[in-house]
Amino acid sequence: MSRQQFLFACAALLAGCGGASRRPTASFGTGTGYDGPPVTLDFWNGFTGGDGPQMLALVEAFEKQHRNVRVRMVTSRWEDFYTKLPAAVASGQGPDLALMHVDQIPTNAEHGTILALDDLVRDLGLREQDFAAPVWRAGAYQGRRYGVPLDMHPIGLYANTQVLEKAGLDPKRLPETRDEYEAALEELKGKGIQGHWVTPFFFTGGHQFMSLLWQFGGELTDPAATRATWNSDAGVEALEWLRSLIKRGYSPRNVGQDADSIAFKNGQNAFIWNGAWAIGDYGSTEGLKWTLAPLPRIGSEKAAWSNSHNFTVMRQSSPDENRLRAAKVLIDTITKSPAWAEAGQIPARRSARESPAFRKLEAQSRLAEQVPDLRFAAAAPGLSDVREATLDIAIAQAVNGSQTVRHALDDSARRANELLRLNREKYAT
Amino acid sequence: MGTGALEQLKVRPPAAKRIAVRGVERGMRSWTPWLFLAPYLVLFTLFVAIPVLYGLWMSLHNWDQFLDEKPWAGLSNYTELFRPGSAKAGPFWSAMRATGIFTVLSVPLLVILPLGVAMLLNERFRGRSFFRAMYFAPYVLGVVVVSMVFRFLLDPNIGALNHLLGSTTPWTTALPWAWISLVGMTVWWTMGFNAVIYLAGLQDIDSQLYEAAKVDGANVWQRFCNVTLPALRPVIVFVVTVTILASANVFGQSYLMTQGAPEKKTRTAIMFIAEEGFQDFNLGSAAAMSYVLALFLMALSAGVFFFFRRGEDRR
Repeated sequence: MSRQQFLFACAALLAGCGGASRRPTASFGTGTGYDGPPVTLDFWNGFTGGDGPQMLALVEAFEKQHRNVRVRMVTSRWEDFYTKLPAAVASGQGPDLALMHVDQIPTNAEHGTILALDDLVRDLGLREQDFAAPVWRAGAYQGRRYGVPLDMHPIGLYANTQVLEKAGLDPKRLPETRDEYEAALEELKGKGIQGHWVTPFFFTGGHQFMSLLWQFGGELTDPAATRATWNSDAGVEALEWLRSLIKRGYSPRNVGQDADSIAFKNGQNAFIWNGAWAIGDYGSTEGLKWTLAPLPRIGSEKAAWSNSHNFTVMRQSSPDENRLRAAKVLIDTITKSPAWAEAGQIPARRSARESPAFRKLEAQSRLAEQVPDLRFAAAAPGLSDVREATLDIAIAQAVNGSQTVRHALDDSARRANELLRLNREKYAT
Repeated sequence: MGTGALEQLKVRPPAAKRIAVRGVERGMRSWTPWLFLAPYLVLFTLFVAIPVLYGLWMSLHNWDQFLDEKPWAGLSNYTELFRPGSAKAGPFWSAMRATGIFTVLSVPLLVILPLGVAMLLNERFRGRSFFRAMYFAPYVLGVVVVSMVFRFLLDPNIGALNHLLGSTTPWTTALPWAWISLVGMTVWWTMGFNAVIYLAGLQDIDSQLYEAAKVDGANVWQRFCNVTLPALRPVIVFVVTVTILASANVFGQSYLMTQGAPEKKTRTAIMFIAEEGFQDFNLGSAAAMSYVLALFLMALSAGVFFFFRRGEDRR
């Protein structure tokens, strides 16, 4: 019984320290510089991989420019991050600012964990045209701004150059359409290579399905996220196509978690639709020659799934205007810097994306060609948890062939609608 | 739970009663036992009794720990679990089923195999200490280490096992293989613990009993059935109870090795409850699920206890 007791104990501790006033905001002072007394900012993020040192370097560069501001950066795995952060803020131990995925913003806004940043972006003069429009819009919730986007990390088409050459394909011209892509896979199959491994897991199967759903003209939900719409004809077509890759022998069955990516590094497959975060991983894999391009257009329009890291500012029990001002300056400085792109990301801010420093990064620049076609999930609290509890399972069922595509999607949408209704009641939206 | 079994393990000194009586004669005050109990009682109240009652209170609300409003929900968190087709009932019972399957498959192996190992390790042979250490060794590893190692050993496409066998068996991504992997890994990992408990029990058996049995002409099997098993009875009750509870609380193995694959069919009850409470912030409904699971475990433990006690009466 020890684990249950632990759960109860945690629950009791957490519950003892709730009580946020909803939709808090704060004053960030005026101006875009910091000249106040020395302050120390606590800054949390989930960069436990190769991206951690890169962010730390940016923070240190910021400290050099702003002698009065020290930054303590704390990193924990994203999986634990979203459980820890609201608990820390609710108990008055939260950081000053944090990076979070844009799809987590509505939940954290409802929980009173993060502050509305309308004043902050007005002070800094930030507008939609300074960013990529879809990512800027994704950081707002119910008409208020909560996140300042730092980057975008869409999925793209990675190709193993050596494997393509072995099969007589030109790695300089990666497939752009459905016909070209299927022809390349057929060619590879003829050489005994299963070119595109389809996994039943969210990484990367879920990302692929969502991209395809949008390509076929579908949507995950209605704009207000009251109803799941992924069981539309577009959704069925998208998932049928993924399944057909297995049926036609372009992918093995029962691919394990991350096995598609490891196989890509080993030269066992040729293509992988993977996220921007893989740039660092593949770049540091010895002997691996690879190239990157926008996703091929399988459906009727171009589209790719993306997520984004957003700067957010935490609610404090006793707000300190100096720290809020310093946080504002840090957000402005780091989102402006193209250096973050070296961690494999596309800067959200236009000035950074159009800088010569970013253009020099070949892989990132290829991914950035997709920026006008990037899609983000609707802003609704708890939506990503609902998706995980329903759609992710349906994708696995369909990819594994244990359910028909139509049945798996319909069943998951029905359950998602009920969970979305419960969430609407809970968050009173 | 399990304390009943533990109690049986303890050897009561014959003098215990006499000392107690003398204590009263010396004028033991009525609060003296409470004083002795106090250190544990404080911890028990703080970390068991209060959370259990608080959890019950939570389970009657729509309880999001980060929202001010925690509206009264009556018994709906419970009734939703028993309403066929509800969004909570499906995954919850599927998770309970997963826990049940794991328990049914792993407990017999974890009760029987370690007994055999303990009997072998109780023999005299060269390198006995080495083997005793080896069988226990996996148990000192953390669940994370074990699960990650097995995840990559057993990966269907890139794993070492399939490479050696030249097969494409989906050890971690399809049924029934995922269960075989989870149970096999758990047996390898925790068998040493039960074996050590059995070994301690075996070493306590008076060798004269075996000699007497031999003189009476009992063969190996008869000595096992009529000397070893009855003498080990309290140890077996303990091992069975503890193993059932440990198996029913399975979390780390499927969380790390299969991640619930395929299609969340190996997602266990504890795993689902943790997701519901700490990822989806529905502590009320997670608490209700915990109580349903706890009731199952209590019934199961009581069943085990009565099963063994009935046997005792017959003897």
